[in-house]
Amino acid sequence: MTSSSARFVNIGERTNVTGSAKFKKLILAGDYEAAVEVARDQVENGAQIIDINMDEGLLDAHEAMTTFIKRIAAEPDIARVPLMIDSSKWSVIEAGLKCVSGKPIVNSISMKEGEEQFLYHARLCMAYGAAVVVMAFDETGQADTKERKVEICKRAYDLLTGIGFPPEDIIFDPNIFAVATGIEEHNNYGVDFIEALKELRILCPHAHYSGGLSNLSFSFRGNEPVRRAMHSIFLYHAIPAGLDMAIVNAGQLDIYDDIDPELRVACEDVILNSDPDATERLITLAEKYRGTDVAQEKAEAEWRGWEVKKRLEHALVKGIDAHIVDDTEEARLAIKSAGGRPIEVIEGPLMDGMNVVGDLFGSGKMFLPQVVKSARVMKKAVAHLFPYIEAEKEVGAKGKGKIIMATVKGDVHDIGKNIVGVVLQCNGFEIVDLGVMVPWSEILKAANENDADMIGLSGLITPSLDEMVTVAEEMQKAGMTMPLMIGGATTSKTHTALRIEPVYSGPVIHVLDASRAVGVAGTLVSDTMAEKFVADTREEYEHIRVARAGKTAKPLATLEEARANAFELDETLKPSAPRHPGVHAYDDWDLADLRKYIDWTPFFRAWELHGNYPDILTDPIVGESATNLFADAQAMLDKIVNEKWLRAKGVAGLWPCTRKGDDIIIHLDDESHVKLPFLRQQVAKREGRANMCLADFISPNGDWIGGFAVTSGHGIGTHLAEFKAHIDDYSDIMLKALADRLAEAFAERMHEHVRKDLWGYAPDEQFTMEALNREEYRGIRPAPGYPACPDHSLKPILFDLLDATHKTGITLTESFAMLPTAAVSGFYFGHPQSEYFGVARIGEDQVSEYAARRGVDMETATRWLRPNLNQ
Amino acid sequence: MSARAEFSARASRQIMVFDGGYGTAIQAYKLSEADYRGALELTHDQKGNNDLLSITRPDVVEAIHMAYLDAGADMIETNTFSGTKISMADYGCEHLVRELNLESAKLARACCVAAEAKNGIRRFVAGSIGPTNKTLSLSPDVNDPGYREIDFDYLKDVYREQCDALIEGGVDFLLIETIFDTLNAKCAAMAAQEAAAASGRDVPLMISMTITDMAGRNLSGHTVEAFWGAIRHVKPLTVGLNCSFGADLLRPHLAALSKQADTLVMAYPNAGLPNDLAEYDELPETTAQLIGQWLDDGLVNIVGGCCGTTPAHIAAIAKAVEDRAPRRIPQAAIVTRLAGLEPFIMSA
Repeated sequence: MTSSSARFVNIGERTNVTGSAKFKKLILAGDYEAAVEVARDQVENGAQIIDINMDEGLLDAHEAMTTFIKRIAAEPDIARVPLMIDSSKWSVIEAGLKCVSGKPIVNSISMKEGEEQFLYHARLCMAYGAAVVVMAFDETGQADTKERKVEICKRAYDLLTGIGFPPEDIIFDPNIFAVATGIEEHNNYGVDFIEALKELRILCPHAHYSGGLSNLSFSFRGNEPVRRAMHSIFLYHAIPAGLDMAIVNAGQLDIYDDIDPELRVACEDVILNSDPDATERLITLAEKYRGTDVAQEKAEAEWRGWEVKKRLEHALVKGIDAHIVDDTEEARLAIKSAGGRPIEVIEGPLMDGMNVVGDLFGSGKMFLPQVVKSARVMKKAVAHLFPYIEAEKEVGAKGKGKIIMATVKGDVHDIGKNIVGVVLQCNGFEIVDLGVMVPWSEILKAANENDADMIGLSGLITPSLDEMVTVAEEMQKAGMTMPLMIGGATTSKTHTALRIEPVYSGPVIHVLDASRAVGVAGTLVSDTMAEKFVADTREEYEHIRVARAGKTAKPLATLEEARANAFELDETLKPSAPRHPGVHAYDDWDLADLRKYIDWTPFFRAWELHGNYPDILTDPIVGESATNLFADAQAMLDKIVNEKWLRAKGVAGLWPCTRKGDDIIIHLDDESHVKLPFLRQQVAKREGRANMCLADFISPNGDWIGGFAVTSGHGIGTHLAEFKAHIDDYSDIMLKALADRLAEAFAERMHEHVRKDLWGYAPDEQFTMEALNREEYRGIRPAPGYPACPDHSLKPILFDLLDATHKTGITLTESFAMLPTAAVSGFYFGHPQSEYFGVARIGEDQVSEYAARRGVDMETATRWLRPNLNQ
Repeated sequence: MSARAEFSARASRQIMVFDGGYGTAIQAYKLSEADYRGALELTHDQKGNNDLLSITRPDVVEAIHMAYLDAGADMIETNTFSGTKISMADYGCEHLVRELNLESAKLARACCVAAEAKNGIRRFVAGSIGPTNKTLSLSPDVNDPGYREIDFDYLKDVYREQCDALIEGGVDFLLIETIFDTLNAKCAAMAAQEAAAASGRDVPLMISMTITDMAGRNLSGHTVEAFWGAIRHVKPLTVGLNCSFGADLLRPHLAALSKQADTLVMAYPNAGLPNDLAEYDELPETTAQLIGQWLDDGLVNIVGGCCGTTPAHIAAIAKAVEDRAPRRIPQAAIVTRLAGLEPFIMSA
């Protein structure tokens, strides 16, 4: 499924005159301009569908409904989501349907006025092409008890499917009524709703269930904290029962685990009607809830007194951008008064400064992080000069070449690509950066339109390797001949030689890291060196292919043999049952706490500074650069933590399970099962070494397994946009790298929390950070897409178990990359003998069996497992 | 056998061939205003009113139909792309809408009967329904984005008049084509279904969207997947793409649609992009070869040509598809497919 699919759907409720006083005021005043902005806000804040309701006595609802729909049709960033046309008057709904170009939802129809009218409306919904909300309402009134809800909905379902209405287009609203009203008959309304869902889900296949949440807490009008808690707790119980959409303001929900326990218990007792005094207790408690806060800072020195040329050089070498626009302007005016042209500012002082940077970098005295900072300053200076240069219509100094850069479709990682782009720009190349998730057609189009000299592709996750092959194939089909550079963490010279180069007849070069990119790109555009370089590379790749073909791969064990040599678990060491089974969500984990768990070595590696932290800070070669980078990182971390730039959301779950062959079967509360199929090593093993599979760490006689998804990426967009607006690549890359580190730190912290508390099999463990980073603790947390569990496609299953998208806001792309990118997910194994391993190469026999276990065709399974297949 | 049954059966065994462009073919006759006008009493200049030729110069239309059938087309379309009150208003011919649709349908039917008599293969007639030059989704006034020139009910009546006449004239299918506005298409489809119901005949729908930008959206902003979500409820016999650009640039969008659509897919591209003189100069072999790539990827069931394609293009295409396997219709998962400008899927 793509990211546009969903499990629990938030329907925006603010474009509803009955629900939003502000919106009502705007519509009554005829201020559609501002009303459109309300819709835009909602979509930006995550509403996946927007509900439009104009039922207001003082309004011509027909006119308002149609006018508003037509207005938002002109706003692509609003119109991208489906609409819900909401009215109690059918004529208003039909007027709305005549203006909607996509496929909307009608809200609502019911059997209130009998079957004939009901089916008449349903047929029209079919004819206009709309899904429909069916209210649990019949000739005698609204359904209140569970029995009435079930009876009415089932009757409606049979009638609708009887006229050919697609069952998947039916959304029942079995009525959420107010509880804690003081009237005893109302006390069970919450339970009635939830119990009805459970039964209906079985009786009415493919249908969906929705509800208007705000009714529930009607008695607590004016007390937002209590209302929020009630809504969150209700969803907590209703979603597992089958509620899959709700009209709700997503920003006004709390995370279940974050609700003050006293309030939580009181609300829960009201909703679940588990205590006759619950209403009284909640009313008393409600009185004590109401509150909020914010923060900010800035300094400077002596070089400001130098002459402008010197200042520009200093700013470039030191990467200081505070005065660059003023200084550039000063230089421009000076050159102008001397009769010069604006381009000379670039060709003169700025290029001189960059040459100093280039020399220092070339001689190993400056390192990548500093160069990126310098580039930021340079870009700002050029941006300032650009309008003047354009105005004179001068022909700028011709660059060395034009390079199209893109992270391929399905992948969202771009730190590396951005670094390479910056370095190339510093060296005189013009970069057309197409961003992330770029389909091949756009890459080819951009290459043609820009008359590019070469294309650079980047990707981090394994499915991107296949996508790169597709791009190369399409370049071939399009008859292109320009060089193709391949880079990114999972790419390799071997993969490039075996799978990419053979499908494209132009030059294909694997580029190991940013520092090689300039050399490679420079050689490729050189008149004298390109031909030899391309020929040498071809020969080298050919050699790799021959060597690979000649090396008869080590024979694989058959799957049967491998299974016979499975790892034998010591049943006596099985971890105890968790203290807190089930799913636990954390909506805003303290960033200051996570900061302590950061493993810094990979951070330096991201900046191409190699060495272990903390020794790297005093390294004789890169020490100074590393120390400065570390200081900048700490400064930004201070801001991230103090000003809450990012929000850490996570979820962890623990479930009973059993092993069945290489599958782990998870037993859920509602007695349903979820299968987690794992892969087994088939490479031949020495005597005494097992052919491992993660399932081996689970007992067939009943055991426990966990899962988690964490992210620290929420909120990053606004800051990246700001950096982008200020042409600040350095901060952009820094923030992304830190967000990644915080996500990894969160995974470490959550794992500790699981071991010590949620699962609790190691309540007293005491490890230093270094020991944690060395994984000295008991148990493992393998992630889908990594060596022990190489199939990325397990992520949707894990996400469903955790309800991760809803609880953490992490979504999956079609290639199973996580968004935000600063995210980690995986499984928990608690057995002390569990360990990390690589599945490595597997045989056809396992692939076809795995396809059957996953219920997919061979082609799909082969695509998923390609990196592990025999080549 | 009904047209639906026979067409579906043949499309499951082979790639079916549709006809090519009419505008370019008519231009080649270099007709004068008098040719267009014929004996009719009309106030406006009629030059360029191609649909009118079905009444005033049926020999020209017939010759083009026959050329396509002889080139190997299994299906031809009626010469009625602009046969609505809205489009005919430009020529002051609103009163001729019924007649020209009726005559066009009869003419196309007669050509198919003649072609079948030659070699015994049944041919099909698709009643062409163009998008009109008015839109339900966009405002023609930049200062008033909520303004519309026409409304749904009016446009539905306009389409209904055309559909009634085409059905009466004996078309096998109604082809809603060159869809730049998804809401216009939904409106046309509703009119077509109501017209078919009123006639008591089964007249399957064919739906063909046109893409107006390289990102793969039509003018109302829908991606091909969103378009499919918005139109799937009419259960069309075929869905697909036409016009836009040439077969090469159409391919990624066709691939996206082909993956989603659980019905036959029909596509008929232009002969490449127009050159500096606004002429299409892609050679028949080139078009056929590009369409061959679609076949390699299993994207289509029915292929033909749009602007700039000629009987020679259709002959080359017919040759290229011979003995090629048609696309297999994928089974669609039962999920709720909503759509704004982008698709939104709710899994059950």
